[in-house]
Amino acid sequence: MTVETPYQERYRKLKDSAAAGEEALSRQAVIQVGMATCGIAAGAVPVKEAFVRFIEEKNIDARVMEVGCMGHCYAEPLAIISKPGFPALCYGYLDEDLVERLVEDYLLNDDPCYEFALVALEPNDVFPTLSDFPRGVHEKKIVLEHCGFIDPGEIDHYISRGGYSALAEALSGTPATVLEQVKESHLRGRGGAGFPAGLKWEAAVQAGGGTKYVICNADEGDPGAFMDRSILESCPHQVIEGMLLCAYAIGAEKGYLYIRAEYPLAVKRVRLALEQAREKGLLGSSILGSSFNCDLEVFRGSGAFVCGESSALVRSMEGKMGIPATRPPRLAQSGFRGRPTVLNNVKTFAYIPPIINRGVDWFRSIGTEKNPGTAVFSLVGKVAHTGLVEVPMGTTLRELIYDVGEGVANDKAFKAAQIGGPSGGCLPEAAIDIPIDFDSLQEAGAIMGSGGLVVLDEDDCMVAIARYFLEFTQQESCGKCTFCRLGTKHMLDLLTAITEGRGEPEDLEVLERLAWEVKEGSLCNLGATAPNPILTTLRYFRDEYEAHINEKRCPALMCSELIVYYIEPSKCSKLCSVCVGSCPTEAIYTRDDGLKAIDQDKCTKCDNCLKTCPPDYNAVIKLSPPGLLAEKEGGKGA
Amino acid sequence: MSKQVSISIDGRTITAPEGEKLLWVALENGIYIPNLCAMKEKSHPSGSCRLCYVQVEGRAEPVTSCTLPVTEGLSVQTRSPQVDRLVKSAFELLLSNHRLGCGRCPRRKTCELLKMAKERGLKMKLFHLEPLEWPVEIDDSPKTFAFDRSRCLLCGRCVWICQEVAKVGALGFTGRGIDRRVGTFQELSLAESPCTECGLCIDPCPSGALYFKESK
Ligand SMILES: Cc1cc2nc3c(=O)[nH]c(=O)nc-3n(C[C@H](O)[C@H](O)[C@H](O)COP(=O)(O)O)c2cc1C
Ligand code: SF4
Ligand code: SF4
Ligand code: FES
Repeated sequence: MTVETPYQERYRKLKDSAAAGEEALSRQAVIQVGMATCGIAAGAVPVKEAFVRFIEEKNIDARVMEVGCMGHCYAEPLAIISKPGFPALCYGYLDEDLVERLVEDYLLNDDPCYEFALVALEPNDVFPTLSDFPRGVHEKKIVLEHCGFIDPGEIDHYISRGGYSALAEALSGTPATVLEQVKESHLRGRGGAGFPAGLKWEAAVQAGGGTKYVICNADEGDPGAFMDRSILESCPHQVIEGMLLCAYAIGAEKGYLYIRAEYPLAVKRVRLALEQAREKGLLGSSILGSSFNCDLEVFRGSGAFVCGESSALVRSMEGKMGIPATRPPRLAQSGFRGRPTVLNNVKTFAYIPPIINRGVDWFRSIGTEKNPGTAVFSLVGKVAHTGLVEVPMGTTLRELIYDVGEGVANDKAFKAAQIGGPSGGCLPEAAIDIPIDFDSLQEAGAIMGSGGLVVLDEDDCMVAIARYFLEFTQQESCGKCTFCRLGTKHMLDLLTAITEGRGEPEDLEVLERLAWEVKEGSLCNLGATAPNPILTTLRYFRDEYEAHINEKRCPALMCSELIVYYIEPSKCSKLCSVCVGSCPTEAIYTRDDGLKAIDQDKCTKCDNCLKTCPPDYNAVIKLSPPGLLAEKEGGKGA
Repeated sequence: MSKQVSISIDGRTITAPEGEKLLWVALENGIYIPNLCAMKEKSHPSGSCRLCYVQVEGRAEPVTSCTLPVTEGLSVQTRSPQVDRLVKSAFELLLSNHRLGCGRCPRRKTCELLKMAKERGLKMKLFHLEPLEWPVEIDDSPKTFAFDRSRCLLCGRCVWICQEVAKVGALGFTGRGIDRRVGTFQELSLAESPCTECGLCIDPCPSGALYFKESK
């Protein structure tokens, strides 16, 4: 048997006392309500209050706990109920009525109301578990392992599940061992570019002695991305432990979590977590009684998207304008305050404790050879089951969308997967059998980015989508360099002209050429990736651009300048007039024959009439190009 | 004194101090590379104009020469089809945001854009892009010089001079993205600003944005 080091002994005592606390409570029924930002937005606060209230009223021995996000955001508000003698069950779509029923029937009377349960969280004979669903087959949780199952405000929950044991083990060995393990793991940074974490750390070690810094990039500015937020809100200690391991490996005594200003809940939970870690002797001076000192604190980001770029982030922390700088030097040589600095993404740090605990071989057995580990995605858009998912690298996009996300919502036809955030790419049906990893996505013209995945369906116009994302990057350009400042502006102007029916045939060539030049010529990755939505849509959906330019037609019927609303007389009913009241501009009138029609001069294309026309009639349609209207109206009354 | 290394530019063997940025080695040896934002005295190159691309042997993508430290055996070509394409594109982008009319420009004899056009066979007109129109606003409040923003290329030379050489700090960058400008704090006219009218920023300006009035 190996002898316990003093640090391991200290840790064991912490863990034993945490476990004892949990044990004492396990005789009680526990209700865990998902209270990350997603849950709260869906109404988790009144749900939690309802549980507390009903339990008090009925005088039940049960405890209500706040946990983070389990990843099943589509079914929020969610709660897990663990009652001794029953498997832990997860319930979704909760409201006060359902809560009352669960308290009454289940907590008081032992009927688990299986009809409302989504899934069981442990193997049992009565109810399916996660692995019985296609999603569960693909899912593999490393960074999300504890998210949604522990109270982020209780350090003991993390410790009792083995949290901080990697730190205790690392302290028992040398910093070089930790560095070696991270290098050997082949872990690639999850902030977008996929740079090997171990090499970055090694560069900081080689930069010599003296003051060094560890910074966690939690700026997460991509619209639609929320995994870093969820992780910090649901299991902040795993990120903190990862940062401490990094600090130990490179010899840093100070670190910062750069959290964007829009994430107040994450800031609050991280600050609380830091405080608790400090109290337990896991942070600050003489960590676990060793000679390793390291303190971490939160730095609140200023909000600009480009501040997520490494050199801009450091400059903004120094109180300068958040504008990217040229390399060399890299941050590992000269970063924050001119000192060697390791900057990694939230997820990158969250992988470190499991890697140290379970070993390099275990980690590399997951995912693919060049891309070990998992990929974390926020699955959003027109997908049936939105949420936060973690799957092994190498899972195909098709599996992610159809098995994990359960396909396209509302029986619509799949059109494209927009992957990698605003600077990612749009991949069509024919390209979604590629494995998800840094290299394959790049080859297909997209990027892993920070892991946003937006599913687009037949109603989405690819030109308008490209324009939408480019508008975002154009507005977020810092304006420093020529290609990005002026190139994105010209590309946006061209796309706007095309979506408004003012495009010329030669515009496509100019657009494509400019897109390549901005990609190759820009100073930082904001500019270098901004053209991806254009380049991929030109590559896979060129016919849609051509329809806009040559026929002034929007095939998806989305670009408002290229469509008109029309009421099909053969479908409209004299007995109905709901659309008339729905129109904000009073453009809809009743014809002499009692059917409705639209005065095109007044129509603002708000879509209200189409939405309100009852399914029995479905008389309101969109026409593109607008010229089709004359044909239709030619046969008026027929 | 730092170590000397031997490098090759366009096939010419040149000896230079190790770590010196390639752009300066080339220029000092009479080899032209387009550039606007670089200043030798500046400790960290800004790398913003994106004009100084060169092709480095062994690297697929062109590299900006103002950020490229020379090392023993470095071999570069100042021109390649890729380099020419990027330079042409950056040049046209800058022109699309620059008020043309060289005939009446006070800096037509020293203009870096005209020099670049001549050296690289580029035309002072837009082929593919629409001009981005800005209102012409000329600040002629200083006694001896004037500032015509519609000709500014945002190279930042004047800003650096004003802050680091003159140590006045009247000029700075304002705005973000397409609204990035060179200007004074709170958009004051130069006469109202802390500007001492030392005039140090005028000669370094590569375009007709900052000029002495008598040269008009
Ligand atoms: C415009 C821009 C925005 C970025 N935003 C983020 C961000 O929000 N979070 C992040 O981790 N990395 C972001 N990055 C990537 C960082 O520059 C850097 O590569 C990353 O934080 C390094 O961590 P990693 O090696 O763990 O991926 C951004 C890059 C660019 C160019
Ligand atoms: S690429 Fe865009 S964001 Fe990056 S430095 Fe250039 S202008 Fe700024
Ligand atoms: S005014 Fe002249 S020197 Fe100053 S940034 Fe503009 S072009 Fe450069
Ligand atoms: S001179 Fe190199 S980027 Fe401007």
